[in-house]
Amino acid sequence: MKIVLDLSKCQGHGRCYSLAPELFESDAEGNSVLLVDGDVPADLVDAAVLAADNCPEFAIEIER
Amino acid sequence: MKQPVEAWETDFDHTHPDYAARAPEIWDELRATCPVAHSDRFGGVWLPTRHADVAQIAHDTEHFSSEGVIVTDWKPENLAPMGYAPPITSDPPFHAIARRLLLPAFSPREIARWEPSARESARQLLDEMLAKVGDGGDVVDAATEYAQHIPVRVIADMLGVPREDGDIFRGIIHRILETPGEGVGIEGIPDEDRLDTYLTAAIEDHQAHPKDDLIGYLLEARLEGEPLTVDHIFGTIALILIAGIDTTWSAIGASLWHLAQTPADRRRLVDDPDVLPFAVEEFLRFYAPVTMARIVADEVEVGGTTLGRRDWVLLPFPAANRDPAAFEHADAFVIDRAKNRHLAFGVGIHRCIGSNLARMELNVAVDEWMKRVPDFELADTDPAAVTWSAGQVRGPRTLPVRILKTNATSDGGH
Ligand code: HEM
Ligand code: SF4
Repeated sequence: MKIVLDLSKCQGHGRCYSLAPELFESDAEGNSVLLVDGDVPADLVDAAVLAADNCPEFAIEIER
Repeated sequence: MKQPVEAWETDFDHTHPDYAARAPEIWDELRATCPVAHSDRFGGVWLPTRHADVAQIAHDTEHFSSEGVIVTDWKPENLAPMGYAPPITSDPPFHAIARRLLLPAFSPREIARWEPSARESARQLLDEMLAKVGDGGDVVDAATEYAQHIPVRVIADMLGVPREDGDIFRGIIHRILETPGEGVGIEGIPDEDRLDTYLTAAIEDHQAHPKDDLIGYLLEARLEGEPLTVDHIFGTIALILIAGIDTTWSAIGASLWHLAQTPADRRRLVDDPDVLPFAVEEFLRFYAPVTMARIVADEVEVGGTTLGRRDWVLLPFPAANRDPAAFEHADAFVIDRAKNRHLAFGVGIHRCIGSNLARMELNVAVDEWMKRVPDFELADTDPAAVTWSAGQVRGPRTLPVRILKTNATSDGGH
């Protein structure tokens, strides 16, 4: 499973890095930075889905 | 007195006391019967209530200008792209410049620095409030004795001015909000009550004794190598006072209003503190306090209706948050809702700059209240005993609650 973060949509609502700090962090302005490259470790799949489900800008997609 | 509203579909008035009292019902009715309602009041204004329509407008900065964000009889003109209170009244491309200047001061890491003092202030307010009542059966006003003071004190700490000055800026804000469009310096106001007098003294103090706070940050900030003008600094601080205080007060008050009536949710927060961050998002969805507005820059269709140039459009984020097309069981408060793309802080380029701060304050305010006062109820079961503010910021302005159980200290709960 992969995470696709579309930075052109991100407006820094910060839901992703609050809910899944292992997968996302904030840059100096509050926009999201994706921390994993490639497949998401199995124990973080739920966190990835939670982040996607709470992004108001639909900037996070999960590819299975 | 406001003119009575003939029909919400054709004559709505968001400043009417009936709207204040039952806005969520009105949105639900309109969404079902007339999803883009119109009223001739305020020179012509639209009220979309579907999530998709509200999000479309907020994302479309070409057809909708932020030159006017508060619907009044006075309509700003020829102020774009900067507007009277950048960045909230700014359009692209200027908007991004004014916004990026502020973003670093409101990043999650910066905001985390202010959490300990917010907590201390909530505890102190609870101590003062509870000192006046005995245990069991006593009534306090959770809006005016608690919720109202938290954002004022946090902003005083952030700006680097004494907390006791909170009452001074509360007075200033109410005057500005009650005479919108007239700006900050109003004739006939005694010097010591004016924001410019107040801020000039605060800025001089910061210049003499540099400090690591928001005024210090604005004094150090550079736009294209140049320091900010005094007008820019005043305008920014005025915006932060106006955007940051009544909004957060409303969110805290509405959350406590909900808990006062919902024993199961009180119990859940006491038994399972990990649910708090989810509860905070659901409070924000269900009781979103802020409705914004735009001016139509160019004729455009929304939800099958054509909006004309220069019309006002309200952006009721709280109505979008209750649209069943966007949320499962939209009309139910679900304390641990796992899928919550609410729009309480807006959507698109104007996403609330203070969202990290407001979330921190709401978290701290509810957490500290529940640790000290795990059980409480509305003092009067008649809903009319709680008055909600009319207009574009909605929250309970008085909230009498009866304290049923207290813990001796904030560590007593769990
Ligand atoms: C629960 C509390 C709050 C709510 C619900 C709220 C809501 C909003 C909303 C909906 C917008 C979008 C405006 C638009 O689309 O035109 C906004 C913008 C803004 N808010 Fe907040 N706000 C809150 C607290 C705060 C706080 C605490 C601050 C700062 C101390 C703040 C500062 C701002 C600023 C500067 C903007 C303008 C952003 C821009 O135009 O780029 N807000 N707020
Ligand atoms: S939740 Fe969405 S908009 Fe917010 S920071 Fe994450 S990706 Fe960006």
